[in-house]
Amino acid sequence: MRVARLAERAPILHMREVDKTFGGEVVALRRMSLTVNEGDFISLLGPSGCGKSTALRLIAGLMPPTVGRIEWEGGQGADDLGVVFQEPTLMPWATVAKNVWLPFRLRGHSYRSVRDRIEEALAMVGLEKFGNAYPRELSGGMKMRVSIARALVTNPRLILMDEPFAALDEITRQKLNDDLLELKAQIGATVIFVTHSVFESVFLSDRILVMAARPGRVVQEIVVDEPYPRGIAWRTAPEYGRIARQTSDALQGTLYTREAAE
Amino acid sequence: MTVSETSASTRAETGSGPMYDADEERRARKKRVEAIAQWVIPITVMAIAIWYWDRIVVWNGIEPYILPRPGLVMRTLFEDWGTLSQSLLVTLQITGMALAVAVIGGVGLAIIFSLSRFAEMSFSPFAVILQVTPIVAIAPLIFIYVESRLVGLLMCAWIVAFFPILANTTLGLKSADHNLSDLMTIYRANRWQRLRYLQIPSALPYFLGGLKIAGGLALIGAVVAEYVAGTGGIGSGLAFRILEAGYRLQIPRMFAALFLIALTGVIIFATTSLIAHLALRKWHESALKRE
Repeated sequence: MRVARLAERAPILHMREVDKTFGGEVVALRRMSLTVNEGDFISLLGPSGCGKSTALRLIAGLMPPTVGRIEWEGGQGADDLGVVFQEPTLMPWATVAKNVWLPFRLRGHSYRSVRDRIEEALAMVGLEKFGNAYPRELSGGMKMRVSIARALVTNPRLILMDEPFAALDEITRQKLNDDLLELKAQIGATVIFVTHSVFESVFLSDRILVMAARPGRVVQEIVVDEPYPRGIAWRTAPEYGRIARQTSDALQGTLYTREAAE
Repeated sequence: MTVSETSASTRAETGSGPMYDADEERRARKKRVEAIAQWVIPITVMAIAIWYWDRIVVWNGIEPYILPRPGLVMRTLFEDWGTLSQSLLVTLQITGMALAVAVIGGVGLAIIFSLSRFAEMSFSPFAVILQVTPIVAIAPLIFIYVESRLVGLLMCAWIVAFFPILANTTLGLKSADHNLSDLMTIYRANRWQRLRYLQIPSALPYFLGGLKIAGGLALIGAVVAEYVAGTGGIGSGLAFRILEAGYRLQIPRMFAALFLIALTGVIIFATTSLIAHLALRKWHESALKRE
């Protein structure tokens, strides 16, 4: 599936001037505005406490914003969201295939009626042979793949990923990054990806939102106008290095302003 | 220098076959020995203890109405099997029914607690009071108010057995993974789906732990209640047979009935352990063999 150029994409979600305050005084997120377009791969990049996970939880509908609105273009349907957490978050008592079945099961679809789609999703993440395995039999990276398969099995409009690869080793992480981009190229998914790695964000995304802490806010948006699919060539391209430096500088800037404020 | 020479010579000896170093061989041997010892040692020790019991009686010329020889206990068990088996059946029946009602009541109440915090606040004090008050203290009152002896016994055994199931299941229903719980919210699971697909499977290991405890307690409850209930006749359990034999100084018979009670307890424990193992062996840490 071909992804349209950045400027031509249709919007699917708007965050308008969103604030989130905890306990009346802790400002986790201040005046965040964001339009998510179809096919975007957006990274939320920032130090801990910058509200990137809060933003994700707000979009996921796990809590309401204190001020501002989050609006889905054409209203939010039941199957609009897929989520991947920092941990694989699989049900240990269910096989891999049964785990991937969960979003369908909650819609009342029998296993037989969606078996093809489950197998397809598992094949996409390279686990077609592991449908009957239990999560404990898999490595950390494989569990994460199951989690990704579950997030995309319903073909959601938006997939949220909250530092999904942070707990994995560097080699597994790079492999999963490559595979994630391949998946994105295949199904043209729209992704919001929370990370604290500059290189990961530049490699994966076409929009990077650099965030600062205390209060959590977006300080800069960096566009990575490099077409997908991206591979090893992109990791070593001069343009990649340039954007990584620019992003890194932006991130450094947020750290210094914070220290100056303290 | 010497180290490298040793390893070189070992490699030459083993040749192209599978390579086991000394450490691995030692481990494998230890494992084999432990596998056999696991069965042989307890059986041997038990046999020696029984033999020693027998010898003590013989060496000291102890009369059977003070301490019978193990052989005599077994013989009594066979001779009195008619009466004892009837009583065993009664005790088993009460224990089994009490456990069944405890499971239904404990799990049912735990689910109600998990659905409503207010229900938990209202009723958990009652559960705690029932649990902390010794059953021997409650039993006499129960037998005053309850006409049927069977129902009275059942109530006593139930009171003792249901609390561990309630407490464990309540804990289990609350300890579902928070991220999975968020996932349920994101996928808009209703209360029932959340309970069925997330909370109940999460609570299963806890419930089974409670069941193991409750199995033993149901038997204790059934036996204790019968001591309190006292009155005998047809439909009396093993506890009454012990009392009765005690009054008549039929010590071997007391031992025979005691043996049956102990055996019942062991079988209940083995059964509940087996159920737990079968239910959890595929996925839960407690039932997994480590590599």
